[in-house]
Amino acid sequence: MTHTPIPPNQAASTTVLPSTQRPDSQGRFGKFGGKYVPETLMPALSELEAAFYQYRNDPEFQQEFQGLLQDYVGRPSPLYFAERLTQHYAKPDGSGAQIYLKREDLNHTGAHKINNALGQVLLAKRMGKPRIIAETGAGQHGVATATVCARFGLNCIIYMGVHDMERQALNVFRMRLMGAEVRPVQAGTGTLKDATSEAIRDWVTNVETTHYILGSVAGPHPYPMIVREFQTIIGQETRQQCHAKWGGLPDILLACVGGGSNAIGLFHEFVDEPTVRMIGIEAGGEGLNSEKHAATLTRGRVGVLHGAMSYLLQDEDGQVIEPHSVSAGLDYPGVGPEHSYLKDLGRAEYYSITDQQAMDAFQQLSQLEGIIPALETAHAIAYLEPLCSQLSGNPRIVINCSGRGDKDVQTVAKFLNPS
Amino acid sequence: MASVSSCINALRDRGQCALIPFITAGDPSLEVTAKALQILDRNGADLIELGIPYSDPLADGPVIQAAATRALQQGTRLEYVLEMLKSIHPTLKSPIILFTYYNPILNRGIESFMQQIADVGARGLVVPDLPLEEVEAVLHAAKDSGIEVTLLVAPTTPKERIEAIATHSQGFIYLVSVTGVTGIRSKLENRVQDLLSELHSVTDKPIGVGFGISQPGQAKQVMEWGADAVIVGSAFVKRLAEGTPDHGLQAIETFCRSLKAAITE
Repeated sequence: MTHTPIPPNQAASTTVLPSTQRPDSQGRFGKFGGKYVPETLMPALSELEAAFYQYRNDPEFQQEFQGLLQDYVGRPSPLYFAERLTQHYAKPDGSGAQIYLKREDLNHTGAHKINNALGQVLLAKRMGKPRIIAETGAGQHGVATATVCARFGLNCIIYMGVHDMERQALNVFRMRLMGAEVRPVQAGTGTLKDATSEAIRDWVTNVETTHYILGSVAGPHPYPMIVREFQTIIGQETRQQCHAKWGGLPDILLACVGGGSNAIGLFHEFVDEPTVRMIGIEAGGEGLNSEKHAATLTRGRVGVLHGAMSYLLQDEDGQVIEPHSVSAGLDYPGVGPEHSYLKDLGRAEYYSITDQQAMDAFQQLSQLEGIIPALETAHAIAYLEPLCSQLSGNPRIVINCSGRGDKDVQTVAKFLNPS
Repeated sequence: MASVSSCINALRDRGQCALIPFITAGDPSLEVTAKALQILDRNGADLIELGIPYSDPLADGPVIQAAATRALQQGTRLEYVLEMLKSIHPTLKSPIILFTYYNPILNRGIESFMQQIADVGARGLVVPDLPLEEVEAVLHAAKDSGIEVTLLVAPTTPKERIEAIATHSQGFIYLVSVTGVTGIRSKLENRVQDLLSELHSVTDKPIGVGFGISQPGQAKQVMEWGADAVIVGSAFVKRLAEGTPDHGLQAIETFCRSLKAAITE
């Protein structure tokens, strides 16, 4: 059987449900999502969902959350016009994409992850859970979680794959400095998938005293919904900033996708705006034909991992395949269920970028704009290369500059000068 | 081979508690697994739970995780496990309960998975990552297959949920005795006793207790608290994996007898 790619506008035969029904009461985005977890966790998921609904519109909660986002995180983050990057992609006639960066890298701790960690720690405090656990890949979510735990005086344990601890050593140091215990995970390839499994096992064991701050829009319901809610400020600010700068909407949104929290954070505000094109970029590793990649939406099949039904990299027996990416934050065989939903409906497009292309973009943004992006973010930047040549006129592109790249300099140095 | 429920109920009618050992298929090899099934069957097992190795066993502790990893590294595949079961089950009197995570079922197609495991002689199914809310499709597919799908109750499960789970569970109700993953524990949680009486007050179905039971004394204790079946996993998997395959088989034979003796009065 041959597969002919379907253009997005034709694939969208079913319309996207209104945001109030994404997810539905069972935690489903269409067929994706759900709660595929051991029974022990079911009451905790219900408790978390109830707490979320109780506090999301609670004035006292919102005042504390918004106050900290402003004074502690440093929001709003700027929407920056990348002038030299724009010039780089200008066509001979002077037309071309106008490129803007949503500067989540300027947040306290250097990535968008702090938005969610802060929101969840405020929920945990209200639920009376004194112990916090989290998984981390690149270490950005681990650092964000360690940060908010230090801020609120909570006991913090971070699960991290041994391979990631090596390639993100700076973040391991930061977490420990702030008083978190970083527990190495040996299983599998020692990356994000394995860390997440171990965090879930800890939660099953200590659920009565512990809140699990899951860092992406993945995992069982209500996590994809809660994390989206705490990250959607990225898109809300972007809307206001676009309005202030040119009085309109962006034309194209571009973000990298591992689990997919920075992408959903940017997209969610615009899903119901049909003129806004949304593009997510996955890690193509050493190439889609190499079997060493993490391009879940491009190459996966529907499956269940870490509590949710979504696209999944798996073998013919349904065993989960160990992914590969030079970027620890994208090195994950699953993806948030809402991305699977948006992909199937053709509302968002997903492509992949290789390790090498990401490395090139990492250097390009550093040299053209004086901004060192995270390797994860560099995947989104790299997609400008194929994208800009396909565009006509002067569309406005907003890229989620989801994190800064200090943590990655050693990895990049090793990649450029292998010894 | 009797159904899971008729096997446990028959024992209960005689005032006996069923012993359900668990082993991981393919660790150290499927040949040893086949021998282990026969040895357990002849040395005190009333039913046997057979784990299908999975890459991401979220509900399992280190012992069964490691066994699954070894089995997969040996090249164990679902298809081979089913072939082995097909040839060995006519020699067994104990009903076989398969333990698998959901993704391999979903991957094969729920209906065809159910048909295939029924064809090779399995009588029960436990899926640790399918709570009540997600189990509908599997229950539906199992309907005419002769497979009984057993649901789990945890120490954290609230009362009204216990009733709903008990209503839908087939074969027996699997009471998880610890807040945690599978594994060897030195001490039983006292609240298991309360959970057992609570369960018995809402259902006539038999109740099996598992997770964390690793010694004859613990098995006896849960029997005295009112369990109709005792499931012992990691303690078997660990013994089978130690030393040569012959040593391992010898060790589980002795252990199975000692467990059976402890719950037989």
